[in-house]
Amino acid sequence: MIDLKIGEYVEIAIDWIALKGEPFFDAITVGIDSAVIGFQELLLFPNPFVLMAIFSIIAYWLLSRQHGPFTRRGFKSGIRMALFTAVGLFLIHGMGFWEETCETLALVIASAIIALIIGIPTGILASRNDRFEQFIRPQLDLMQTMPAFVYLIPAILFFRVGNVPGVVATVVFALPPGVRFTSLGIREVQKDVIEAAHAFGCTKRQLLYKVQIPLAMPTIMAGVNQVIMLSLSMVVIASMVGAGGLGQKVYTGILQAKIGLGFEAGLGIVIIAIFLDRLTQSFGQKND
Amino acid sequence: MPKIIVENVEKIFGRNVERARKLLKDGIPKTEILEKTGCAIGVHDANFEVFEGETLVVMGLSGSGKSTLLRCLNRLYEPTGGRVIIDGIDVTELNTEDLRKFRQKKFGMVFQRFALLPHKTVLENAAFGLELQNIGVEERNSRAAEALELVGLKGWENYNPRQLSGGMQQRVGLARALAVDTDILLMDEAFSALDPLIRADMQDELLALEDTVKKTIIFITHDLDEALKIGDRIVMMMDGRIVQIGTPEDILRHPATEYVERFVENVDMTRVLCAKDVMVKASTITWPKDGPRTALHTMKEKGISSIFVVDKSRKFQGIVMADDAEKACKSNNGSLESIIHRYTDLKVLPDTQLQEIMPLMVDSRFPVAVTDENEKLIGVIVRGSVIAGLVEKGVVE
Repeated sequence: MIDLKIGEYVEIAIDWIALKGEPFFDAITVGIDSAVIGFQELLLFPNPFVLMAIFSIIAYWLLSRQHGPFTRRGFKSGIRMALFTAVGLFLIHGMGFWEETCETLALVIASAIIALIIGIPTGILASRNDRFEQFIRPQLDLMQTMPAFVYLIPAILFFRVGNVPGVVATVVFALPPGVRFTSLGIREVQKDVIEAAHAFGCTKRQLLYKVQIPLAMPTIMAGVNQVIMLSLSMVVIASMVGAGGLGQKVYTGILQAKIGLGFEAGLGIVIIAIFLDRLTQSFGQKND
Repeated sequence: MPKIIVENVEKIFGRNVERARKLLKDGIPKTEILEKTGCAIGVHDANFEVFEGETLVVMGLSGSGKSTLLRCLNRLYEPTGGRVIIDGIDVTELNTEDLRKFRQKKFGMVFQRFALLPHKTVLENAAFGLELQNIGVEERNSRAAEALELVGLKGWENYNPRQLSGGMQQRVGLARALAVDTDILLMDEAFSALDPLIRADMQDELLALEDTVKKTIIFITHDLDEALKIGDRIVMMMDGRIVQIGTPEDILRHPATEYVERFVENVDMTRVLCAKDVMVKASTITWPKDGPRTALHTMKEKGISSIFVVDKSRKFQGIVMADDAEKACKSNNGSLESIIHRYTDLKVLPDTQLQEIMPLMVDSRFPVAVTDENEKLIGVIVRGSVIAGLVEKGVVE
């Protein structure tokens, strides 16, 4: 039998990259670390109850926007989410996880922003170039189907332990839907609208910014929602390499077989997940 | 000099253009060429001219290449051969940037499925062509508002196109094309997606518009009635070739090929249909018993603008218009006699051919009454009922 030592070759390659790329990885480390800390400080700066109120108002505004914030229907859908947000965050605070929750949120925000900054332009490029799309598609498949834990190993080698390898692994894992949805949304824009824009003499740039992106917006926003949700799920797993927040608590619960701790932290994650999901879903809805 | 000269324009879709062209020369049919080379023949050897201010209708069945031909004029489709000369400029020679400028300067275009931008208001949609030309917000909005007024959409500026009916959406499409103030208007099956009554309205309005805005219009349609109504001249297409060019009169009288003849035959359903096929039940008031108030009341109830007057034995007497009745009511002049229009020329028998009735309707603001030999009223023919009758017989798709 032929013995293919793929694992060995990958190890050699990774070691080599880690060694040669050290200054580069250090720079990234500093950048990501300061971003996460920045967001965390920002969230922890106001009194927890003030932040709860702010989040509840944001939830009300986003969810009622579709029907108008001051209409009856708008009030109905908005107030439900605002109440959920207030009660949910209050519960988290009561369980003593406020700081961890803010850290988790900071990790999610940082990861999602980086994933979108890379993902959306890549998606736009992929929508305009069939060969590029064909080229990146298998890579996106790989990124999505590879078990999430696998990213953690090279991430540690490049970025040591802590929040940074967590964010990096999260970005890799959460990136594909941002690319896919953007490309899909732009490709799905009605052909006759594109034709109309050409008929009236548009430039490529005008076509992209005035027609394709606005019309693809609901789909792109569905992608943003996916990116954020995947970020949250990965941020929890990333606690295995030292990322902090609620995931850390769950991980401790597992290691020490503390059922209560694990459950409480898990509940906190669910609340955050619902909060983020509903809010980002509402981005994609049009207001009439 | 003609405004537009189309010379040997050819569009072959696919990679094997050379081979397809050779087979085409040998007279191989379209389907066989597609099988052999994978190339679809869009347009083959199209030659015609369009004159300043003329409305040229290109007509043919779906797949006859008429939309492809239209798109070759502004190079939304790149022609694989031939030349298009507009105002002395060979469009096929222009580079990308010049072509873009040329499109902005020369063409307004209206699309079958409206092709409006759902994230913009009606006003912003109408201003879209100007926006692409980087014209300032104020100027483009005022020009777009003018165009909207021209198509009868004043007051709808801040609505979203999705809130409008199909007919109104197409008016926005038309306003967008008018706002850029180009000499040429390309209309790709512009009214085909509208329902028959609205379509007829839009055709009338386009005809009225032609008098106010002097434009050279190229109008694509698969509907011969529409072609006859709108076109100064008609280009008939089949399988990517032009089979006849002529005035509506020419086409009807001397169809050049069997294909054209088949089309023309269809139109003659107006010879087959009779008054009784297209009439609807008439609302009436009785003379001399009822007064203007009864007339007005009945009209309001039925939502109609005129009502027939009959005597006790349902013998046709004349017609009362809603505004006349209203005036009579206001001035308290109670007699029906003073406002009744008595006419004899708009009265037909149930077996009268539609072909004879239609000219009567064109010149009159009154509906046509259908009576029997004893002058008893049987029904009424309004424009809508004629079209509904034609639709029922499958003449109009």
